[in-house]
Amino acid sequence: MKFRAKIVDTACLNHFTRISNMIAKLAKTCTLRISPEKLNFILLDKVANGGVSMWCELEQENFFSEFQMEGISAENNEIYVELVSENLSRALKTTQNARALKIKLTNKHFPCLTVSVELFSVSSSSRIVTHDIPIKVIPRKLWKDLQEPTVPDSDVSIYLPVLKTMKSVVEKMKNISNHLVIEANLNGELNLKIETELVCVTTHFKDLGSPQLVSDSASQGRNVEQMAEVCIDIKKLLQFLAGQQVNPTKALCNIVNNRIVHFDLLLEDVSLQYFIPALS
Amino acid sequence: MPLLTQQIQAEDSYSLVASLDNVRNLSTILKAIHFQDHATCFATKNGIKVTVEKAKCVQANAFIQAGIFQEFVVREESLTFRINLTVLLDCLSIFGSSPTPGTLTALRMCYQGYGYPLMLFLEEGGVVTVCKINTQEPEETLDFDFCSTNVINKIILQSEGLREAFSELDMTSEVLQITMSPDKPYFRLSTFGNAGSAHLDYPKDSDLMEAFHCNQTQVNRYKISLLKPSTKALVLSCKVSIRTDNRGFLSLQYMIRNEDGQISFVEYYCCPDEEVPESES
Repeated sequence: MKFRAKIVDTACLNHFTRISNMIAKLAKTCTLRISPEKLNFILLDKVANGGVSMWCELEQENFFSEFQMEGISAENNEIYVELVSENLSRALKTTQNARALKIKLTNKHFPCLTVSVELFSVSSSSRIVTHDIPIKVIPRKLWKDLQEPTVPDSDVSIYLPVLKTMKSVVEKMKNISNHLVIEANLNGELNLKIETELVCVTTHFKDLGSPQLVSDSASQGRNVEQMAEVCIDIKKLLQFLAGQQVNPTKALCNIVNNRIVHFDLLLEDVSLQYFIPALS
Repeated sequence: MPLLTQQIQAEDSYSLVASLDNVRNLSTILKAIHFQDHATCFATKNGIKVTVEKAKCVQANAFIQAGIFQEFVVREESLTFRINLTVLLDCLSIFGSSPTPGTLTALRMCYQGYGYPLMLFLEEGGVVTVCKINTQEPEETLDFDFCSTNVINKIILQSEGLREAFSELDMTSEVLQITMSPDKPYFRLSTFGNAGSAHLDYPKDSDLMEAFHCNQTQVNRYKISLLKPSTKALVLSCKVSIRTDNRGFLSLQYMIRNEDGQISFVEYYCCPDEEVPESES
């Protein structure tokens, strides 16, 4: 089992740092999957903890100038490790003025992900900051629990509004209520609703557009005005929105009536999927 | 848009309709009196007065004149209702508390009358939020009976002169002692805390002093915990009028200029701390 990778391009380095910051906001601990082509940050929460899932995927060649890995065996050429996501984002804090970043799998009394940041320096001697992040290597037999969640057939697919507006609305709603109803239809309307004995608040977004073809939905016999809705934990939604620091290239929301809401984001060349199940 | 038509149809049935192009002109003033969860609102054709009280000893009033609103209609003599101010403020700032340059949140506020909820329609950049806040049975508010004819001493200060003093008050002191006098020290703030006493004097001819009308030396003590909330109004204001009457009651009037340059007033009344006779202590 071996892994060693290097980033030298500043833009790639900054982007990778932003991704790790986002992951730290979305998940306390996550699984990092390393395969010859891709890196994945994975969170598949137990139902008891809210059942939120995250699947973040990036193509290694878009980031790394060097990338060598050897999985646990030739036929299972992958590595799964678990780490505290904040440790990685903290280790990458110093990359702002860095020349290069090296990541490798090491064993220093215990398994580590060693992150070395080579800083610019005026003198000829180089300065390197190294973080050893403790990790837990996940054995082969548990891999099956860490596979990409299947996206259920959604009732309504709709593009998300500006995430910043959505975030400030949800932030205020969180002060008032613990859960929120998110509903949308094929007519490009999305509503966020809370209801307590004191107050009812509904925010209406319109003209959002849907990737679903009207002819498609017509064949399914769905009225364009008909709302699909899910009641979810408002904190989980806010966590997802707070994690978004850059405006995504594409942001899609898929709703399966009373079951789950699935957010599908494209951040430059990184894809992020986030699933929040309905409250029972 | 069904929402809008619904609203227009029902327009006649509302006893209060008020619209505002910039919701912050309302929310800022309300924040200045937000030291308790609940507030009582009185609306007349002149505007809205919002009152918050604590411990039957301090009362804050915010006046939002009809002129602040772009549209203001009250169809009854007067309207009174109690509302959760924390929730109201969360609703008013639903699109964010800090202003984004170039974007304004517009507000339309409607109230049908006793027993009905207060309806808020907020709009920013084509996104509409509708809030229905339940109102409560109004409670009798205190009458401090503070008459300008009974005022003994009055000072008008530029707020910046008081801002620092209030933000750095020694909170280990139970009281703030205010001395107002035609002679030295003219205007003095004193605290008596764990680390000792502190006195802050303002000379009569200071640039910060806009008006000085003191007729008689008065030394009164006020619970610092009751005065501290008024700092919220102080930081927003440009001028403050400090008055005491013959019973030692304190009135603080803050003049607040909004983003459109209009003036609103927030007023705090506070009763003096009772003197404990020597024999009892």
